[in-house]
Amino acid sequence: MNANDELRIKKLLQQALPPVEDNPEPGRDLWPVVLRRMDARPVAPPWFDWALVAGLAAFAAFFPASIPVFLYYL
Amino acid sequence: MRNGSIDVLNDFRQGDIAAFETLFRLHQRAVYGWILRIVRNPAAAEDLTVESFWRIHRAHARFQPSRGFEAWARRIATRAAFDWLRIQHPETELPVGLQAPATADPAISGEIRRKTALAFYRLPPKLRVAAVLAVIEERPHKDIAEALGISVAAVKLRVFRALRLLRKDLGEQGITP
Repeated sequence: MNANDELRIKKLLQQALPPVEDNPEPGRDLWPVVLRRMDARPVAPPWFDWALVAGLAAFAAFFPASIPVFLYYL
Repeated sequence: MRNGSIDVLNDFRQGDIAAFETLFRLHQRAVYGWILRIVRNPAAAEDLTVESFWRIHRAHARFQPSRGFEAWARRIATRAAFDWLRIQHPETELPVGLQAPATADPAISGEIRRKTALAFYRLPPKLRVAAVLAVIEERPHKDIAEALGISVAAVKLRVFRALRLLRKDLGEQGITP
């Protein structure tokens, strides 16, 4: 892709997706929502998540050669 | 309201809610605007602003006042926006709030603009974030690199790859830029 192609695609992109206006503001006061979010109790992971973690750990312990393969696809 | 002095930053680091509110009031517009530029959906940007400030509060003990609040907040906001983009399904319709530019080039039809926008939303999120900030919003590469936690060269590479993929996608639709 040469410089001209790049410029043409940039121009097309700017026409298709106009930039956001300067200094946009949220439509409401978000502070009360932040406070509610901070007060919310953290959701405990369901038991099957722990079972999955335990299963993966056991699999990794029995088949350590699978660890790099697993990390590669992560 | 106290300004963004080092006292406020230090108090925030200690977990002081009043200091956190001060910083929230000072930076919420900037954080919201940054997220909106990435996700281009006002409702999602509001939710992600809340999520970002919640993450910011949760990480207050790791904050380093000497490095400043804004860049740190922007980095956390970018991560939140990126997480949101990753769980979105491939776009078949344009996002809410997307409008044609006020100074639309008459040589480019509405249909081409729509196809270009859809092709853009099909890009991998990593490339899309770099391209939207660098090409559409024309933010400095240095700011983008800081927000993404990568080098300026890596930003340029992602933008180049995004434009190349976009050209390929448009070419397959019979659109030659």
